[in-house]
Amino acid sequence: MTINASGWRPEMSTAHASTGPATFTGNRALMLDEALIFEIGSTETTGVDFIPVQVGSSRLGALARHVEIGLPGLSEPETVRHYTRLSRQNYAIDLGFFPLGSCTMKHNPRLNERMARLPGFADIHPLAPVDTVQGALQLVHELAHWLVTLTGMSAVAMSPKAGAHGELCGILAIRAALEARGEGDRKIILVPESAHGTNPATAAFAGYQVEDIPATPEGRVDLAALMARLGPDVAGVMITNPNTCGLFERDMRKISDAVHAAGGLVYCDGANFNAIVGRVRPGDLGIDAMHINLHKTFSTPHGGGGPGSGPVVFSEALAPFAPLPIIEKSGDHYVIIEEETAADHHAQSFGRMVAFHGQMGMFTRALSYIMSHGADGLRQVAEDAVLNANYVLRSLEDVLHAPFAATGPCMHEALFSDDGMAEGFSTLDIAKGLIDEGFHPMTVYFPLVVHGAMLVEPTETESKVALDQFIGALRSVAERARAGDPALKSAPHFAPRARLDETLAARKPVLVWKEAPLAEAAE
Amino acid sequence: MRYLPLTQSDRQAMLATIGAPSIDALFVDVPDVAQLDGPIHGLPMHASELAVERHLSTLARKNMVAGDVPFFLGCGAYKHHVPASVDHIIQRGEFLTAYTPYQPEIAQGTLQMLFEFQTQVARLLGTDVANASMYDGSTACWEAIVMARRITKRGKALLSAGLHPHYVSVAKTMATFTGDLLDTAIPTLTADTDADRLIAAIDDDTSCVVVQYPDILGRITDLSRIAAAAHAKKALLIAVVTEPVALGALKSPGEMDADIVVGEGQSIGVGLQFGGPYVGLFGCKEKYLRQMPGRLCGETLDATGKRGFVLTLSTREQHIRREKATSNICTNSGLCALAFSVHMTLLGEKGLRTLAMNNHHGAVAAADRLARVPGVELINTSFFNEFTLKLPKEARPIVRKLADRRILAGVSLGRLYPGEDSLKNGLVVAVTETTTADDVEILATALTEVLA
Repeated sequence: MTINASGWRPEMSTAHASTGPATFTGNRALMLDEALIFEIGSTETTGVDFIPVQVGSSRLGALARHVEIGLPGLSEPETVRHYTRLSRQNYAIDLGFFPLGSCTMKHNPRLNERMARLPGFADIHPLAPVDTVQGALQLVHELAHWLVTLTGMSAVAMSPKAGAHGELCGILAIRAALEARGEGDRKIILVPESAHGTNPATAAFAGYQVEDIPATPEGRVDLAALMARLGPDVAGVMITNPNTCGLFERDMRKISDAVHAAGGLVYCDGANFNAIVGRVRPGDLGIDAMHINLHKTFSTPHGGGGPGSGPVVFSEALAPFAPLPIIEKSGDHYVIIEEETAADHHAQSFGRMVAFHGQMGMFTRALSYIMSHGADGLRQVAEDAVLNANYVLRSLEDVLHAPFAATGPCMHEALFSDDGMAEGFSTLDIAKGLIDEGFHPMTVYFPLVVHGAMLVEPTETESKVALDQFIGALRSVAERARAGDPALKSAPHFAPRARLDETLAARKPVLVWKEAPLAEAAE
Repeated sequence: MRYLPLTQSDRQAMLATIGAPSIDALFVDVPDVAQLDGPIHGLPMHASELAVERHLSTLARKNMVAGDVPFFLGCGAYKHHVPASVDHIIQRGEFLTAYTPYQPEIAQGTLQMLFEFQTQVARLLGTDVANASMYDGSTACWEAIVMARRITKRGKALLSAGLHPHYVSVAKTMATFTGDLLDTAIPTLTADTDADRLIAAIDDDTSCVVVQYPDILGRITDLSRIAAAAHAKKALLIAVVTEPVALGALKSPGEMDADIVVGEGQSIGVGLQFGGPYVGLFGCKEKYLRQMPGRLCGETLDATGKRGFVLTLSTREQHIRREKATSNICTNSGLCALAFSVHMTLLGEKGLRTLAMNNHHGAVAAADRLARVPGVELINTSFFNEFTLKLPKEARPIVRKLADRRILAGVSLGRLYPGEDSLKNGLVVAVTETTTADDVEILATALTEVLA
């Protein structure tokens, strides 16, 4: 029984506060604008004190710096205030619901932050003698064990720095395997139309030609079209499962078998692993490589765009080609297999993708998260994520067109289109309307296979109360878009900025701050 | 399960709304053969905060912490003091738990910070523009080589022998697949860099020359000559900076006419973290802007005429251009870029230059002291905060012996260049503001003893 059964309800909307009189600063109480550091700092100011050193002769040679760099400094109080003010112009998971489809914006537990900051992990050098970092190597090894066991695969490459980097790792392993068996002339990678943009970009970066595979009317890979295209020129496929329409690829095993029969290999984009973790092992579906976004499924923070971490799990067929370095256990000792020793055990490794060993700081956070959930909790994660998404789907399908809802349940994300909106109203207006309601919008205009797509991924860390509030808000905004409410066209009204002119930004790019020309400054 | 808000009654109510009889019914599209009927066998069940903390703390204690011992490792990752306020700011939830700023009206905090970061990086590197960060220095270096190929439409890159061997290794891996030709070499244990070799090797097929500054052995080369030679053949100069603090004391690569400058930003704000996450810096001349990889933040106006910032020029990027994108990069290193930017703001011009000179003077004193150890020779005539010693014996076992005495003495070249006999006596020693005179004396004394 909930304690607050009659409490707050999503329909408790209030009339908008008037915008009120102008202020001298342009600020609105807690709504504070902030200048750039170049406008408030000076090259004379510093927020750091130093221990004096004994000055000797210089060994910089003829290249010692004589001209000013032009870096403004701020004292510590000014610095803290500057960034605190900036932070308040950001939406974040800590503030509210962030249903960005395909991005898995789940709660970031603070235990993970504390663990990553233990000096034994945060303050060790990547080239320190291996005997002095045994605990760090054990941590990587333990995380690797979780990842291969959860996915039912044979091996894992830990070093890729993010999802797209993991994709590259997987595709390079595929290419190395094909070349090892003398089939380097396979030049085509098949990618579904609904794929993340990184998939075709990765395949092209690795030297492959990309061909699209069409989707069926129910939003899945067209198996017949795929099988018809397979042949001796096809290196493999890149498939996202669950896919970007939020659906499980029912034919995944058949796809894998067909690709293997035709001599190709199967890459799975694991961006959506959160939907199935603990309930389905991708290894049982016949895939050969899959990256895992630790910053999605395993809750390492997105940090405003990174850093991520994208370990790649491999089937037995691809495991020998995994990149360096490889961390292994040898008796009671952990070792790092690098260029030096690779010839002995990993002669077929395709080589190194990054300096050092990968995103240790993310490994620590991910292991902390995984251990907190355990095998039972991770299964519950997938179930609650899928339950939340289906709840959103069924609660809104009467007011928003859900193109694939008739064919069955969705996985971890609910997909809607802008079909049925008033003339001139589209997904963008709904997204901006949601901002005024205090939500981060869903992913918009992706996947490309649906017109005006809106992809809602609630994740498992949202309560029913939070979902109900969002559903109420999205329903209200969708109804305004259906009715053609002109106020929606100019939303957001209550954000730190109104709609920004992206065309201007691209036409006359201003990417760095410059001092105003003297003449202008004098005016 | 403290991170899961749904109660059993919530779940039942929601299933009723959905019209599904059970959770299993929501997984109906998964073939039976792939369905697991319970938690995966052989893995532990959920654990309390205390239990997790206990386990991870046990692992952490098995490592020798840089801050606990005399510490001299560098070679692409440096120990610097990071002010407390940097870590405070990057842990604010509004930065930590935000996404890529695709909805600019509610992401001005991240966007303005990125605009400031881009400006700081461009000024530091001496380039016209800089992007909003890459994964790290090594991947930024490869992306620069690919960018030079796109600009020059030539496929041969000349890599300096002084380029970090891991960066070379990354480039070699990638070039195997892309078909780029790489001309590489092993450094020699001398004061001279391979600038002359590079200048002589530039030809009409060369897309770029890649030079690290200061290089892997700590040596400093005048890039102007190499830039002029490259430009004479219509090739580009890519400069690689693995220790950005150096640019507080040295001329920037941009001032010496480098076309693309990439770097590892870890030294400023980020911390060692056993190799990652770090932050790749990427700047270039304005004329090459549209060939740049990665996200860019630009200034614009909102509908009411207020200044604001957005991600821009995204027609270069994978989510728009798909297979025609300049790179496949999506996630970058945003929070590390914030750490870099906050630390750089705290330092400012004055602080950075003081920090740099303190590093340099500390390194000079250490180099002179260590060169007095019998049999030890300092190979550098010029350096910033890192220099190379030639020991009378193979350095790698010496480093291990010193580690047994709880001294992390530096990076042996045997670790970085396994099997290269000419380099095996080399030891690269880094000295920063965190190194004390006592640390240096302890190292000098211990080194004398283990070499005796």
